Amino acid sequence: MTTNKSKLPIGTIAKHATVLLLVILWTLPTLGLLVSSVRDKDQLTVSGWWTALSASDRNEVYRTPQGAAQQEIDGVFVIESSMIADGSRRIVNAWGLGPRNIDEFQAGETAILEDGSRMTVTQDARMRWESDEPFTHTRGIRVFYMAEVPPTFTLQNYAEVLSSEGIGRAFINTMTVTLPATFIPILIAAFAAYALAWMNFPGRLWILAGIVGLLVVPLQISLIPVLRMYTNLAGTFGWEAKSYAGVWLAHTGFGLPLAVYLLRNYMAGLPKEVMESARMDGASHFDVFRTIVLPLSIPALASFAIFQFLWVWNDLLVALVFLGQGEGKTVMTAQLIELLGSRGDNWEILTSGAFITMIVPLVVFISMQRYFVRGLLAGSVK
Amino acid sequence: MLQQISLAAFTIALAIGLSVLFFYGCNILLDRLMSSDSLTDDMARQRQDNRRESIRPWIFVGPAVLILLVYLVYPVFASLWYSLLDRNADNFVGLSNYIWAFGNRTFQIAIRNNIMWLIIVPTMSTAFGLLIAYMTDRLWWGQVARTLVFLPMAISFVGASVIWKFVYDFRGVGEEQIGLLNALVVALGGEPQAWIAIPFWNNLLLMVILIWIQTGFAMVILGAAIRGVPEDTIEASIMEGANNYQIFFKIVIPQIFGTIVVVWTTITILVLKVFDIVFAMTNGQWNSNVLANFMYDQLFRAGDIGRGSAVAIVIMLAVTPVMIYNIRRARQEHQ
Repeated sequence: MTTNKSKLPIGTIAKHATVLLLVILWTLPTLGLLVSSVRDKDQLTVSGWWTALSASDRNEVYRTPQGAAQQEIDGVFVIESSMIADGSRRIVNAWGLGPRNIDEFQAGETAILEDGSRMTVTQDARMRWESDEPFTHTRGIRVFYMAEVPPTFTLQNYAEVLSSEGIGRAFINTMTVTLPATFIPILIAAFAAYALAWMNFPGRLWILAGIVGLLVVPLQISLIPVLRMYTNLAGTFGWEAKSYAGVWLAHTGFGLPLAVYLLRNYMAGLPKEVMESARMDGASHFDVFRTIVLPLSIPALASFAIFQFLWVWNDLLVALVFLGQGEGKTVMTAQLIELLGSRGDNWEILTSGAFITMIVPLVVFISMQRYFVRGLLAGSVK
Repeated sequence: MLQQISLAAFTIALAIGLSVLFFYGCNILLDRLMSSDSLTDDMARQRQDNRRESIRPWIFVGPAVLILLVYLVYPVFASLWYSLLDRNADNFVGLSNYIWAFGNRTFQIAIRNNIMWLIIVPTMSTAFGLLIAYMTDRLWWGQVARTLVFLPMAISFVGASVIWKFVYDFRGVGEEQIGLLNALVVALGGEPQAWIAIPFWNNLLLMVILIWIQTGFAMVILGAAIRGVPEDTIEASIMEGANNYQIFFKIVIPQIFGTIVVVWTTITILVLKVFDIVFAMTNGQWNSNVLANFMYDQLFRAGDIGRGSAVAIVIMLAVTPVMIYNIRRARQEHQ
């Protein structure tokens, strides 16, 4: 017992440390994306995102105003101005009057120029230039300075990616694909699951076995035949071969086996007595389904809904094959692929674009994690 | 923009409305058409009722069966047939698509890579998932840790690819590295590398992405299984002086072994279908191709229906053993 006690703290610390390390390892890549997406795009390309909170050093040049900007104060001629035009903040550490001797003076020091005029640059990047004679120059002189740029964060990347990079449009398209492609399979599967669990008809067991078998069929096998079918139908009836309806039905087909399997298992576990007494009272199967089974199955329906929603929202292959790129129907994943190809080095575009594609699934996932986990457990541990 | 949104909303509402209407309509129609209310004879009523109720299951299960037939069953046979035809599916060419594939260098590399993916990804995901599930089981901040590890499950493969492409980003030697991996390598005194362009090893870097996503899945399932391990078996082993490792390997693992197999199989099936990650990261360049991406290439870049179908059939054959096993088990359960 005593040996155990002396060992315990080290073991516990090691355990905490290992878990912490793993969690950091798992979180860091996403954090990098998130931080990068709100950084200034010029800073993003020259420094790692982990430096985002520390100030970056930069050498900059400023040209003073012309002589006409002077003011006479008590017989002294003064030109005063801020070296930063756009209102961003800088902390000047050192400055000079040539590119080679940029660190000639400290901030706040006063330099005596050749013509006897006096120039002071303060830490907050203000320049004051005094002379006993009036200034007559028509071209300002250059001041070189080393400045610390405090970290700047901006939503500019998001504005850009939403408007000019097509992600905004793609967001609507993804929505148009996802909502019906989530709802339709649930509806169809709920009816089928009820029939397979509670109705008696020939071939029931065969259908059930077939659905279990179809659970693992790779959707790759369906791409060519279904695409050819769509093209033929489109040719015969004058429809569009690449339509939202085609994608909804394809997603319905690929999602149905799991949906029916999950929902049937759940419905088969509902109390038999409730349904039988309702049937005795003359309710049809449709009434029983609608008024008793459906409300009782909401947890299972929610589980599958999250599954299917995440799967369709995140899908690339089905959308690429049945909806294509261009033609105004590009979904977000396909648009992101497009950007990876055309803007491969513009990380401000890619990171903010990727985060927009992730935001809805993350919110759904975090807020409904409980149902998702329940669905996972029901779907695999059987 | 507003017009697009309202059009999208209308389309969504229409699709959902129509599908609800279909089931309502069919059931109400059946009740109307085969109503027994007008019949006075009890026997006739009973017969009419029975007939009506023997049709109803097919209204319930019919749409599902029909869609499954069209979208999954028929394509298996159609693909099998197409794989024996030429590029435009006009002429019968026998097995020559398969012979071509197995002699093709890229296909061979894709097979090799797929085997590597199949061995490494399920094993690593399951191992990490098991480790994290076990270690966070009785940790006061375990729930937070689990959520953070689980989070990548919500991210699309394409999104995850962008995240990791940024981690693997490469700038020339001497430049400031903005990719985490190269920054780390440089900080430790190494040379920065264009990681995803290094043949063979780049496969491992792509696998990391899927492991990163799937570990959360393994962790959740195995976590539930670990919580199901009876407390007294663990207590008994502590009484007999077992240490943590012995408890884990000799008590916990044997009891959840069935679940480990299920998790491992589920991830294996997913790995066979992996497409997005390779498509987004390398598109099969630098010897990183996999079957699903090779198939996409044959179909949409080379426009060859026969060869594309042959590759699809190869993927299908790889999952068939699991399928047969599942069907057998399901039939045993229900009989």
